[in-house]
Amino acid sequence: MSKRTPTIPFGSSLSRTVSARSSRPTLLDFARSCSNRTAAGIAALALLSTPALAQSLAITGATLAIGDGSEPIRNGTVVITAGKVTAAGAGIAIPPGTKTIDAAGKWVTPGLVSGFSRVGLVEVPAVNETNDASARSPFSAAIDVAPAINPLANPVAISRTAGITRAVVVPSTGTGIFAGQGAVVDLGADMNPITKPRAFQYVEMGEEGAKDAGGSRPAAILTFKTMLREAQEFAKAPASYDGRSKDALLNRIDAEALVSVVTGAMPLMVHVESARDILAVLALRQDFPALKLILAGAAEGWMVAPQIAAAKVPVIAGGLDDLPSSFEKLAATQSNVGRMVKAGVAVSMGLMDRDEGLQLRLATQQAGNMVALNKVPGATGLSWGQALRTISSAPAEAMGLGDRIGSLKAGRAGDVVLWDGDPLEMTSAPLAVWIDGIAQPLDNRQTKLRDRYATPEEGALPKAYAW
Amino acid sequence: MRKSATPLLIAALLAGVAGPAGAKKDKDAPAASQGSSADPENPYPSTYKAYPGTATAIRGATIFDGEGGRIDNGVIFLSDGKVTAIGGPDTPIPADIAVFDGTGKYVTPGVIDIHSHLGNYPSPGVDAHSDGNEATAPVTAHVWAEHSIWPQDAGFSRALANGGVTSLQILPGSANLFGGRSVTLKNVPARTMQGMKFPGAPHGLKMACGENPKRVYGSKGREPSTRMGNMAVNRATWIKARDYQKKRAAGKDQPRDLGMETLADVLEGKILVHNHCYRADEMANVIDMGKEFGYRVTAFHHAVEAYKIADLLRDNGVCSALWGDWYGFKMEAYDGIKENVPLVHRAGACTIVHSDDDNGIQRLNQEAAKALGAGRRMGIDIPDEIAWTWLAINPARAMGISEQTGSLKVGKMADVVLWNGNPFSTYTRPDKVWIDGALLYDSANPKLRPVSDFEVGQIGAGDVK
Repeated sequence: MSKRTPTIPFGSSLSRTVSARSSRPTLLDFARSCSNRTAAGIAALALLSTPALAQSLAITGATLAIGDGSEPIRNGTVVITAGKVTAAGAGIAIPPGTKTIDAAGKWVTPGLVSGFSRVGLVEVPAVNETNDASARSPFSAAIDVAPAINPLANPVAISRTAGITRAVVVPSTGTGIFAGQGAVVDLGADMNPITKPRAFQYVEMGEEGAKDAGGSRPAAILTFKTMLREAQEFAKAPASYDGRSKDALLNRIDAEALVSVVTGAMPLMVHVESARDILAVLALRQDFPALKLILAGAAEGWMVAPQIAAAKVPVIAGGLDDLPSSFEKLAATQSNVGRMVKAGVAVSMGLMDRDEGLQLRLATQQAGNMVALNKVPGATGLSWGQALRTISSAPAEAMGLGDRIGSLKAGRAGDVVLWDGDPLEMTSAPLAVWIDGIAQPLDNRQTKLRDRYATPEEGALPKAYAW
Repeated sequence: MRKSATPLLIAALLAGVAGPAGAKKDKDAPAASQGSSADPENPYPSTYKAYPGTATAIRGATIFDGEGGRIDNGVIFLSDGKVTAIGGPDTPIPADIAVFDGTGKYVTPGVIDIHSHLGNYPSPGVDAHSDGNEATAPVTAHVWAEHSIWPQDAGFSRALANGGVTSLQILPGSANLFGGRSVTLKNVPARTMQGMKFPGAPHGLKMACGENPKRVYGSKGREPSTRMGNMAVNRATWIKARDYQKKRAAGKDQPRDLGMETLADVLEGKILVHNHCYRADEMANVIDMGKEFGYRVTAFHHAVEAYKIADLLRDNGVCSALWGDWYGFKMEAYDGIKENVPLVHRAGACTIVHSDDDNGIQRLNQEAAKALGAGRRMGIDIPDEIAWTWLAINPARAMGISEQTGSLKVGKMADVVLWNGNPFSTYTRPDKVWIDGALLYDSANPKLRPVSDFEVGQIGAGDVK
């Protein structure tokens, strides 16, 4: 336990991860270590082996979206050098000798960022052995998802195939209101998934928080304040903090983990949905002024959007919530995101209710529907560029990573997706995906099953021989 | 089951006075009979009546007729609750009627969702509203989903306004092998379930394979706890049902049994079987079980592995009601693929896109678009107007309502959606929705947004959703 170190400063963590990628073992190394690989199997993995070092690349002639909220431009070019975007826009000069891909008639976006997911923590949600989202454990706030992220989980590859390149990974509560520390990951086909470990702490404060605190909101708020005060006590005098005292709610390990939350060094992602709960969370800053809040959910955020904007608190929303599915979502509407953005709130979208480990690819559907609202009288939607931003640069910025990922501005990671059509249309799909400038494989278990059963009848041999 | 009214009435009085003992006596009483229902065969009859509509025409739209036909620059004329004319730009329409300009817009039959739990798992999803699974025994063929339906579920209005859904089948949940009877509704707000009930639609029987029944009952230390247990309980139940049905058909006296009545109606083809089933191997077992006992599965629901046995499904005339891309949430959904719908379609089997979800039902057109795109990328080039059959005539047939609705043919119910663009685009929403010719949603008219009793007076009531 004493080996726990304070949060690694973000910059050093990311740059180390990114720069180290090309020298770390890839899946190909893993494949090579396995015997009995067929030539086809090796060929399938060749995509990710060839550019062991990210090569310079220019994609030209595309409808290009930067991801920063600006609208897509025609005939755009993006240049990636040494794993980073070096230029993107119209009339970009391509350095001599750069490999060029003609993307006329295609679309190019930054790799998409899921603002709320459990990808890599879950293989099959209903199979407990494969679900690492939560635990009934003596620990809560100190739980760190980063070491448990499985880059070989099938939903990682399935999401990557759909153009998702990074994701916010959120733990789920098992004991009490704090779930632990989430991470930002990449979905690359290699064994180094972590973009930013311990990126935030997660706490439940709405209906779920009330339940986790024993049954009421007042209990949740009191629990929260008490735990943060205990963390302050720990920070003042670590040696004398008695986590085993009858009065202590936090053991030493969890108290230590919350120190960076109280000081504002680590963002605190708070799940709340109702307008009143949102205000109650914003008011926590009266007691703990340094809290660096991120709201998750916020189905009724539109009702208090000016307050959220004034507090400069980013929101990660579900986007399509429009049912009074609980008493904390009575005023849910699909116009929630548009109204908050209009009020000046920085809004991202993610998977709030289910399938958080699996269906990151719904991001384009969420964003596309925000655009659809513009044609519905009385509704508030987003422009296309704003909608893309909610699934690219906005979640990156909410995580403090806006200068590293989530857009095609110069200096950002070379996370790029080449699409066969408008990426927010359900009929479109990626043709190519790069992460840190490295071309990614676009096959996965599902594409293998698809190919095996392209005709259902057995051939000369059973289906089991078709692979 | 056709005796005089008196014994049941007395039994009912006894039950009311004497409590459980009386109720037990009632259950054991010989051949219960009918009360005062006007139609003892249909004791909870539909009271739905079409709302008044005005004669309406739409000109200049692209029309998908729901049976695979497409008319560019089309005209459709609705009057007296029916489709009265449909055709090209020269289609004659009366001079003095409301005409909408459909230029750049699309017209389709109303979306039909064959698998919904609106009303029996309504919003808000609190325990007090959990009415979809009678998860107290693996065989509950005697329960009717319609008796759980809360018409004030806000989900109905979202399905209408955002999804263009005009008819839907509400099923019991999948905890049980025999979950009970389903009911088909018109998506029209009403005070009662009867006020929504689709006139003349047959009941369905919900059955379930696989993990859910064996988990629910296995965890209670009861049969079934395995897939073989599932099948054994199913077969034992069908044996009883066949016996009951034979006696009933021969007019022999036997105690009335609600569950057996449902199963006997299945064996006589009056009730359609809707079988929740994920895995290919289990679907094959169920198809054989149908042959063993003399019934046919109308549709496998969810069927994430339908693509593995698309030929078998085609040859046995079984429909598959599928998601666009949901997969992997449990073991039996692990092999779900985006190409399921187009692969089953290409094999020539009946294909349906369904929701099973109060959010998904608002975007069935987008679920179909996912399947369409995935199919096209693997060379299965299905035209838009053919794909619309997944949301129209195919579910209508599998629900036994295709004579009345499910396509834009003259004489059918005027269940129509005018979309503000191609409905396979994410950017498209319903502009107007007619049910039996009555305009029940108009995006331009805030007063034509239904607000349920639950919502009225609450924050957000009447907001655009």
